[in-house]
Amino acid sequence: MAAPDHASRDMNTPAPPLPSAPHTKRDPLTGLFIGLLMVAVAIFGGLSPERFFSTETWRSMAFQLPELGILTLAMMIPLISGGLNLAIIATANLSGLVMATVLTRLLGPESSPALVAGVIALALFAGLGGALLTGLLSGTIVASLRVHPILVTLGTMMLVKGIAVAATRGGVIGGFPSAIQFLGNGTLLGVPVSMIIFGICAAAVGVLLRRTPFGVSVRMIGSNEPATRFSGVNTTRVLIGVYLVSSCLCWVAALVMIARFNSARAGYAESYLLVTILAAVLGGVDPFGGFGRVRTVVLSLVLLQIISTGFNLLGFSPHLTEAIWGATMILALVISFVRTRRENRPAPAN
Amino acid sequence: MRNRLTALGRSHELRLAVIAILFAVFFSFTAPGFCSLGNLKDLLESQAVLAIMAAGLLVVLIAGGIDISFPAIAAVSQYLVASLILRPGGNWALAFLLAGGLGLLFGLVNALLIHGLKAPPVIVTIATMTFYFSMLMFSTKGAPLYDLPDWFTAKIAVLTVPFPVIVAGVILAATAFLLRRLSLGRQIYGLGGNPEAAKRMGCNIARLQFFVYGFSGTMAGIAGLMQAHRVEEVVPNALIGRELDVLAAVVLGGASLAGGAGSVSGTLLGIALLAMLRNGLTLLGVSSYSFGAVTGLVILLSVSATALAQRRLRRKGGSHGSA
Amino acid sequence: MDERAPCSGPSRPATPSAAVTAGVELTGISRRFGGVQALSGVDFTVRPGEVHCLAGENGCGKSTLIKILSGVLAPDSGQIVLDGSAHARLSPKISQSAGIQVIYQDLALFPNLTVAENIAFHQHVGRVWQLVPARALRRTAEAVLARLGLSLPLDTLVQDLPIASRQLVAICRALAVAARLVVMDEPTASLTHQETDALLATIRSLKSHGIATVLVSHRLDDMMKIGDRVTVLRDGANVGTFAMNEMDRHRLGELITGQKRTAATIKTRFTGTAPPVLAVRGLTCDGQYANIDLAVRPGEILGLTGRLGSGRTELALSLFGMNPPDAGEILIDGRIVRLPDNRAAIREGIGYVSEDRLALGLIMPQSIAENTVVTVLDRLCGPLGLIDHRQRGQTIAHWMGELQVKTATAERPVRELSGGNQQRVVLAKWLATKPRVLILDSPTVGVDVGAKAGLYRTIDELAALGLAIILISDEAEEVLQMAHRVLVMTNGRITGSFQPADVTEDQLREAINA
Repeated sequence: MAAPDHASRDMNTPAPPLPSAPHTKRDPLTGLFIGLLMVAVAIFGGLSPERFFSTETWRSMAFQLPELGILTLAMMIPLISGGLNLAIIATANLSGLVMATVLTRLLGPESSPALVAGVIALALFAGLGGALLTGLLSGTIVASLRVHPILVTLGTMMLVKGIAVAATRGGVIGGFPSAIQFLGNGTLLGVPVSMIIFGICAAAVGVLLRRTPFGVSVRMIGSNEPATRFSGVNTTRVLIGVYLVSSCLCWVAALVMIARFNSARAGYAESYLLVTILAAVLGGVDPFGGFGRVRTVVLSLVLLQIISTGFNLLGFSPHLTEAIWGATMILALVISFVRTRRENRPAPAN
Repeated sequence: MRNRLTALGRSHELRLAVIAILFAVFFSFTAPGFCSLGNLKDLLESQAVLAIMAAGLLVVLIAGGIDISFPAIAAVSQYLVASLILRPGGNWALAFLLAGGLGLLFGLVNALLIHGLKAPPVIVTIATMTFYFSMLMFSTKGAPLYDLPDWFTAKIAVLTVPFPVIVAGVILAATAFLLRRLSLGRQIYGLGGNPEAAKRMGCNIARLQFFVYGFSGTMAGIAGLMQAHRVEEVVPNALIGRELDVLAAVVLGGASLAGGAGSVSGTLLGIALLAMLRNGLTLLGVSSYSFGAVTGLVILLSVSATALAQRRLRRKGGSHGSA
Repeated sequence: MDERAPCSGPSRPATPSAAVTAGVELTGISRRFGGVQALSGVDFTVRPGEVHCLAGENGCGKSTLIKILSGVLAPDSGQIVLDGSAHARLSPKISQSAGIQVIYQDLALFPNLTVAENIAFHQHVGRVWQLVPARALRRTAEAVLARLGLSLPLDTLVQDLPIASRQLVAICRALAVAARLVVMDEPTASLTHQETDALLATIRSLKSHGIATVLVSHRLDDMMKIGDRVTVLRDGANVGTFAMNEMDRHRLGELITGQKRTAATIKTRFTGTAPPVLAVRGLTCDGQYANIDLAVRPGEILGLTGRLGSGRTELALSLFGMNPPDAGEILIDGRIVRLPDNRAAIREGIGYVSEDRLALGLIMPQSIAENTVVTVLDRLCGPLGLIDHRQRGQTIAHWMGELQVKTATAERPVRELSGGNQQRVVLAKWLATKPRVLILDSPTVGVDVGAKAGLYRTIDELAALGLAIILISDEAEEVLQMAHRVLVMTNGRITGSFQPADVTEDQLREAINA
């Protein structure tokens, strides 16, 4: 037996094939999604072709998707680590409010471009700082004190939302410089800027999960935290990192949201919480942790967006749409159950 | 002979009781009107609905699960009962029956999904909550019901104790009895403490799970009924958001998300503490906007303190070695 | 068919089946898990009132057979005849109402309930609305304790008890309800000499009441003292059922391991002269072990043995940084090191193969590939902090090849491998860290005999490469065969140091059980 550089193998034992780099693996789920997408487009397109296929519709979808998408990424990482971050919406709103406050208090219609740039930078930092603080709080209690993530993030959610509500009395803060608004409503070569931001985030999270020790550790922890710790991974640091990254994504989502709405409020996007979990689980993230791919989650997001827009065009009340999301979540759990059943073989009894 | 509480449990509840007394004393001196009989009575009554829901959630948590959908169940059954029963010809027995029955039904759906799909209860109940509530809002467009019959809204009081408080008291007593004295209750503790052991001992896991989620649903239904009675109207989204207050109180009282822990007395203390805190703050002039933050902070502090205490106990306690 | 044993003796605890009929008969039982054939065509019969020992090494299928008997698992084929009626499978309910009670190795107690309630818990099962007064529970518990001659704090929560006491609670629980057949799965693992004798006495008293006992164990002495018959399982097959009075220790040991022990398998004295890689001076951890001195040289295999609860696992965990000691020193290459956590230990070149492979050794749902490199993720990174896939693939392929992990592809979940192959993956992941000291805690648990030999060869090869190895094991035979030197721990102290060539198995066992 020798070190890897002088690999001398027993000639009688054929070496197993080199494990393929994960990102080149074909995933049957991807194919399923592409199929479902085509079906959805066909159905909704068939039901109201002129409105569904108009540029307006696709444009609005392209602008709506990014904020939900980034929030889903923010939910996905804690899910894979075996937990849940119920505070993502609250964190995003708080972050948004912080940025909105800085922007509106320090800028006026007469401000010079230099001041605008400076204040925007300050606002971004402040927003990121607020989000990271929240993530640090959740992450520390989960990782160091070993409290259940559901309970912790519920507490954090209430705290953060409470602070936001108390500070603003439920009001709205609005009116941002055009540079900010560009982020939410502008396009670059025909593609919405926010979509580009989402794309960058998705790519970054994908690389993070597949190609970094951190990402691999997150998946291992999701499957078995004690064993991962035993193997020498600093699970405390990784878990805190999970909630920090999640909160960082909440900050990006906040930026996109306030840019699009040109305002910030404590209660925005609350209905998104279920949808982010739905998109993640539908997209192949195991609700118990350990497994999940950005690629399929993005596809499930696109599917959900198309369905949501389709419902909207058909005149469905938002409540009905939400009810359908609830039912779809159950369906997603059924699918997840069947999938796990099929792949699972009972462990040897020892 | 009573079952003795654990050292930790007893000290946890003792600590809570001490904090509660401290709060009471503090607020009596600093908050005007805190100590008045009227205020205290008001306080009691306003917590009755919460207490009923807390009883249901407590049982689910002890079994190792969680139910976030109960306010939605309360809202839906409240609305259905109001539409069907609350007309001049109805009576209380029917109202209770229907409210409890509807709640039971919804709770059993939760149980079916959680047990059948072996899915995480938190996600299942978030989904059912969304479904139930959204369907309610969709069908009713959020319109409240005002026209409740007199027999329903008439304030009953026994020895000056308001009706909702009596109902809450009965329910809490029954829940305590269930948990401490009935076989079913002890099996629920066992299930929460070691699900694998419960299975091996031959406990009917399905029956236990159906019971706890059904119980939670039933309590939600009754809570909704009491809410309608108190405020004399049915507002669909009145109870939404309360789930966190209830969870805070139950967790504060010693229940853990891992299961196997918690008691009615602890929950009562948790409810009392939070209620006094909020009431005292209101009387001190603090705006109600802060309550969410305060509740969140209380949850975080409480779970952190419990975790730290457990960690200290584990460090002191015996062998670390693997089995 | 078995002859009907006369049922004599005083009244037994109530059981639905009134008469004692022909015990339990399992025929042709087979069961497979994924890639492993746990049991193949096993026949097993328990006569009423007998003490029937079920012997075999770890991983031979004993646990699976017991789970089938208790109804938790269903066999793939075969039948079970219980009270004269045949079943394709049992359920916990059927099994328990037939009076079969199992005490599992993991005890399956309720940590959040009191001792009294755990012991008398059966009074709750199957009931819903019944009131069970605490007094009745207490009386049941007290009666059982009296019968066993034990004393346990009835109102303490089980989670506050030490492991040895928990074992006793589990045993009491089985006795509180068992009417006809008690199965004990390795019950004496953490009992002292006296407690073991008390247990054996209880089993005898059970017998006099017509209650049968199946004692699953790999402790030959205990079995020979108490058993009427013994069935030996090896690699999932029934090697034979024998009357205990016709059996001798030597033959039993051979039947279990399937190998004749030869003198050649015992190692010669270690002659390496390099200074110790790992040394320990006066290491103490209050309540666990005290004043431990030991040293291991490169290429040496140091055996560490002792009963469960002797402190050997706690000591090993301290060497791995997971159990900081209160006093004493750990030295690597003669330099004092502090090990605040296992990452520090890994950096110093110490690896630890845990005895709990399922829960701590491997991350079961994840792939073989991921499990192999989880210990060295940081070392596989390129300049940007991203994992270099080429390097990763090469590392995985190298170690899987070196350790001869048999699998078609490394992407399958590691739980699909056999026990022996799983252990190879564990070794691979630790070897990838380029350790200088390897602590192996019961490395052959759950590994079939054939794979065991392979693992022994591998361990020897590792030592030959210059690794210092600490081998912790329960099995005196294994330690004598593998180690250059053997240390025995009792009650937290090192009570013996032996050269394998100078001591017999029996003497070693004596020292362990002293």
